[in-house]
Amino acid sequence: MFDFLITFFPRAVAQGIPLLFGCTGEIVTEKSGNLNLGIPGVMYVGGICGVIGSFLYERTLSDPSQINPVLGILIPLACCILGSLLMGLIYCFLTVTLRANQNVTGLAMTTFGVGVGNFFGGSLIKLTGADIPSISLTATSSLFRTTLPFAGATGWFGQLFLSYGFLAYVAILIAIGASFMLNRTRIGLQLRAVGENPATADAAGINITRYKYVATCAGCVIAGLGGLYFVMDYANGIWANDAFGDRGWLAIALVIFTIWRPGASIPASILFGGLYILHLFIPTGTDLAIKELYKMLPYVVTIVVLVLTSTRNKRENQPPESLGLPYFREDR
Amino acid sequence: MIHVVKRKEMPLAQSVAIRLGVIGVALVVCGIITAIATGLNPIGVYATMIQGSFGSPRKVWIMLQEVALLLCVSLALTPAFRMKFWNLGGEGQILAGGLASAACMILLGDKVPNAALIAIMFVASVAAGALWAAVPAFFKAKFNTNETLFTLMMNYVATQLVAFYVIVWENPKGSGTIGVINQQSSAGWLPTIAGNKHLLIVLLVALLTVGMYVYLNYSKQGYEISVVGESPSTARYVGIKVSKVIVRTLIISGALCGFAGMLLVGGSAHTLTTSIAAGRGFTAVMVAWLAKFNPLIMIGSSGLIEFMSHGASEIATTYGLNQSFGDILTGIILFFIIGTEFFITYRVVLSHNKGKSVEELG
Repeated sequence: MFDFLITFFPRAVAQGIPLLFGCTGEIVTEKSGNLNLGIPGVMYVGGICGVIGSFLYERTLSDPSQINPVLGILIPLACCILGSLLMGLIYCFLTVTLRANQNVTGLAMTTFGVGVGNFFGGSLIKLTGADIPSISLTATSSLFRTTLPFAGATGWFGQLFLSYGFLAYVAILIAIGASFMLNRTRIGLQLRAVGENPATADAAGINITRYKYVATCAGCVIAGLGGLYFVMDYANGIWANDAFGDRGWLAIALVIFTIWRPGASIPASILFGGLYILHLFIPTGTDLAIKELYKMLPYVVTIVVLVLTSTRNKRENQPPESLGLPYFREDR
Repeated sequence: MIHVVKRKEMPLAQSVAIRLGVIGVALVVCGIITAIATGLNPIGVYATMIQGSFGSPRKVWIMLQEVALLLCVSLALTPAFRMKFWNLGGEGQILAGGLASAACMILLGDKVPNAALIAIMFVASVAAGALWAAVPAFFKAKFNTNETLFTLMMNYVATQLVAFYVIVWENPKGSGTIGVINQQSSAGWLPTIAGNKHLLIVLLVALLTVGMYVYLNYSKQGYEISVVGESPSTARYVGIKVSKVIVRTLIISGALCGFAGMLLVGGSAHTLTTSIAAGRGFTAVMVAWLAKFNPLIMIGSSGLIEFMSHGASEIATTYGLNQSFGDILTGIILFFIIGTEFFITYRVVLSHNKGKSVEELG
């Protein structure tokens, strides 16, 4: 049993971290009243921007194994943040400044973002005229996958808790930070007010536009890091089109599952990561079909939670009151 | 001081002119981006795009069929959207319908006459799609469960259900795909008209378009949908049973998505995969919204989206780029159109005179 835990848990965490980034980002966004359905696209953009940055950097080196560790981390990180931030700004400009419909804008962002990811992933080699068969950033990836030097010497404890690259810990820190920010600070209180009832918040002198912009852009940057973690750490620096799959939507499901609580999203994302790979560990023999039904679990669980929270109708478990609605001061 | 004011209704001609103008600008931007990516001159870009959509009679027919399929899904989502019910589950409802069709074709293919089989497929796929939409609708009507998120999750339940049956029915064993169903007997394949396999789909969807237009604008149920969409309280006040309207409308919406699933499986693909809906459930949301939920304008908006994707796919093939290029161009055009709506609904007033109120400035 314990051996099973030692092999299962780290893989569940590795699956869960991209979800955790996406989920935390989306919670911060939704708390401002913006339902950003573009998160799947943002995560693709975050991933591919990191890939483009490190691809161009690795090409300037004659020997990729001599990579500068600081630049090797900072360049993809900066590119990823910049790319996701741009996506966030597009979304905010359209939905906050121009008051466009959030669902339509979000879906357009997902179409666009997944398109950008797959287009550059599939055409980067041709566009830059490189003579290599596939995008494989092993040098950068080894930097992202570096664990603490003594982690290997700590036995099962190390395997369970210390065997991850630094971005995994960043994800957990961001989730804890977001939880603290939302529940314990004045900024968090005001942000929640904006999401619940912007008209009242506006009357109280809170700058609605600024809160919505900052929260949504920060949320996009956080979610984008999930894409970067996926390609650089989980996938060993190898970009394959559509490999990221529907994890972006799963992150949105996770937001509902955690009932808009970033603190709860840490264990929940590991649970979802576990559900996502559960089919690999359940002995089904030769019956491959059953495995496909196991993959349904995270979504079914989410639906159950969604229904339960709405039937119980407890005030603190509801989505932000004005989620998905644009705010226009003169529209009463 | 910049001040934003809501417009009174803009004349139709003016708003159409603005939208067409913006689509024009967006196409120019797309041309420039393509020119940068491919090194081709912008005129050549448009020529290639037109070539990709209308280059040969075969391409025109495929284009027409794709427009019809996308239009069918958009029409399906429209009654729900008119009611301000965000049905983002088109993808799952199409898959449910497609799965039901494929099940009939595989299980009954050699047992009943072809005409009866197609009738059974129709009933099964429409029922499956309707069921897939009725579940979230029921919970919305009963407990006010968030329908955007519920329908979204139902997509992936459907995807995994299809993945399950794809393996159950895989042919040949171990291939992981179903392959073409009933290749020898063509049982359950929709009939061709005068040797043209695309025409039937186009005609059916054309009928559906007119039907939906009439239903929404000239029927009592269509009127009820509009009232519930504008204000559920008003609807309740005038004696409309809101929960009944929600469930009934979503059953129609899901049923038509299921019908689209049958057109896909029985009419064009003759197979079932998890990606058979190909994002139409999501693209249709944008198509319907672009057309302001008017079925007749949707012909134009679905045509535009399909033209972009076929054109961009031709560019991608010609220049050895990735097929996703079309998604980028579609995304850019959508951003432009989405942004334009603001200038149609609102106007920006630069008020220099702080003393005067906005009303005085006009």
